[in-house]
Amino acid sequence: MALEITFSDKTFENKKRNPDEFSEIALEIRRDIIKSLYLAKSGHSGGTLGTSDIFSVLFFGGVMKYNPQKPDWKDRDRFVLSAGHLCPVLYSTLARAGFYSPEELYRLRKFGSRLQGHPGFDMKLPGIESSTGSLGQGVSIAVGMAMSDKHADKNNRKVFALTGDGEVEEGTVWEAAMAAAHYKLDNLCWILDNNDCQIDGRVKDVMSIYPVDKKFEAFGFDVINIDGHNYNDIKNAFAKFKSNHESKIGKPTAIIAKTIMGKGVSFMEDKYIWHGNPPNEEQAKIALEDLK
Amino acid sequence: MNEIKLLGKKPTRHGFGEGLVVLGEKYDNVIVLGGDITGSVMTSYFQEKFPERFFSIGVAEQNATTIAAGFALSGKIAFFASYSAFSAFRNADQLRISVAYNDINVKIGGGHAGITVGPDGATHQALEEIAFIRTLPNMTLVVPADYTEAKKATIAIGEKFGPCFIRFGRSAVPMFTTDDSPFALGKANILREGKDVAIVACGLLVWEALLAAEELSKKGINARVINNHTIKPIDVETLVNAARDCGCMVTAEEHQVHGGLGGAVAEVTAKNYPVPIEFVGVRDKFGCSGEPEELMVKFGLTWKEIYASALKVIERRDKGFIGYRQVKDVEDYKE
Repeated sequence: MALEITFSDKTFENKKRNPDEFSEIALEIRRDIIKSLYLAKSGHSGGTLGTSDIFSVLFFGGVMKYNPQKPDWKDRDRFVLSAGHLCPVLYSTLARAGFYSPEELYRLRKFGSRLQGHPGFDMKLPGIESSTGSLGQGVSIAVGMAMSDKHADKNNRKVFALTGDGEVEEGTVWEAAMAAAHYKLDNLCWILDNNDCQIDGRVKDVMSIYPVDKKFEAFGFDVINIDGHNYNDIKNAFAKFKSNHESKIGKPTAIIAKTIMGKGVSFMEDKYIWHGNPPNEEQAKIALEDLK
Repeated sequence: MNEIKLLGKKPTRHGFGEGLVVLGEKYDNVIVLGGDITGSVMTSYFQEKFPERFFSIGVAEQNATTIAAGFALSGKIAFFASYSAFSAFRNADQLRISVAYNDINVKIGGGHAGITVGPDGATHQALEEIAFIRTLPNMTLVVPADYTEAKKATIAIGEKFGPCFIRFGRSAVPMFTTDDSPFALGKANILREGKDVAIVACGLLVWEALLAAEELSKKGINARVINNHTIKPIDVETLVNAARDCGCMVTAEEHQVHGGLGGAVAEVTAKNYPVPIEFVGVRDKFGCSGEPEELMVKFGLTWKEIYASALKVIERRDKGFIGYRQVKDVEDYKE
């Protein structure tokens, strides 16, 4: 039987939640990812599934301040997806937060769609704060935003950025880390998606970044190591960042999240070949069974 | 219009530095990022005046460019300047994605541009960035001719929305524009009227073009001299009029002959009104150490080359060599 794709019109509120409430949201996001990538016939399955739990807590756990009705609200917190190729998880998250209709997810990577293969600021998709996709740049943009907030405008906004682990092989990432510590950006939360997979293989084999937590510590970050699929861990890490920000700790925060590439889909889990591939029809069927 | 006089000598980078201060006074949301060489590219003037709006990023041009993007995405007019060798190439990807594609208020200063940075040698002599920067969508690119124009151009790019690049030099160069000289981004200025040959120049070659025109006039040749300070968006109307009126052109720039001002002018004329063109610039070579004047002579960037090129292009026009040359006359850019 041919696979018929429909997206639900569910949206979720951004509020304080108990850890067990996030699984429903993460499941919805993971289903969106499989469906939209299957329709797109290209895109990145592994890292998007692997970060779905983090996105669920970040956007729906009362961590970030935002208003989907007023995406340009001047007091909003900002999120920059430095690992731009993970945009399907962000596109789903923003749709489920109410920035735009989940209907748009049908059009991922299609001609004329606002859901570009990598986020394009020119598309004016609500919730997208910058073009990203050339690795290493987004986090540096986030540093600039956090500097502007803390040192030029002296406001209380927060800036979040997510990088992949292969991404931190880019040298500019460490220029950004150096500047974040130099300017005492306690309003900056850097999330590292550490699934130890990149296109060519294991991060430890392609170009080891380890010990990555010690590197961030040496650069002057408050480093929090977590299991990126444990909602309690994720929640507590963001709470720690919030208290770092409120107490003006004078250090940026780095959350090193151990994750599993392809999490939630049996045949994709921890397999780096799923970095940049979409599921075909058969695979999408199995995946959606797994994500029931 | 033919009354242009030498008013002294001053580096264009001083115009940039002073322009930044004017912008800082006028607009609260102008910020400047430093790349360790603030005293060279004169962002130090802004730093002294507005320390709370100046941020040192260190020797990290890629980071500075993307941090500037972060400021711009936060409502700031963000300037970053370094040597053009590093603020146009080291950060090329950042310029392309985070600045040009985002289409935001980041303004990049490319200082110590061209061979006239002198003794520092080839590594620091940017001769290729006009070619690169002008291919980036959304970009404005301006190459002022002297100190006064550099100041005006700096203020103008600060007041224009979107990504902009301004190229300026280290050494003291002739001043000949005044506060009253016209200046508008995208509008080339005709400094001298003539209908025998059009000389289109930017940067410090504009002065050399004026000298060449003066010499040509002694032979009874009236050259139109165009200060084409804005490479992008280019002033199509002024260039096409010049091609139509003169029937031949010389371009002159302190840059490789490939892809720079000459390339831009050739694109415009080839499409709209093809005429023979001779290109004065660096001929596919890296620079070397030396004093600016020595290097100008070595690399053929003086009025003499412009003068010789004008005679040559007039001859080509008169012989009807439009669009082709005899095989034996085909020039390689290599000497």
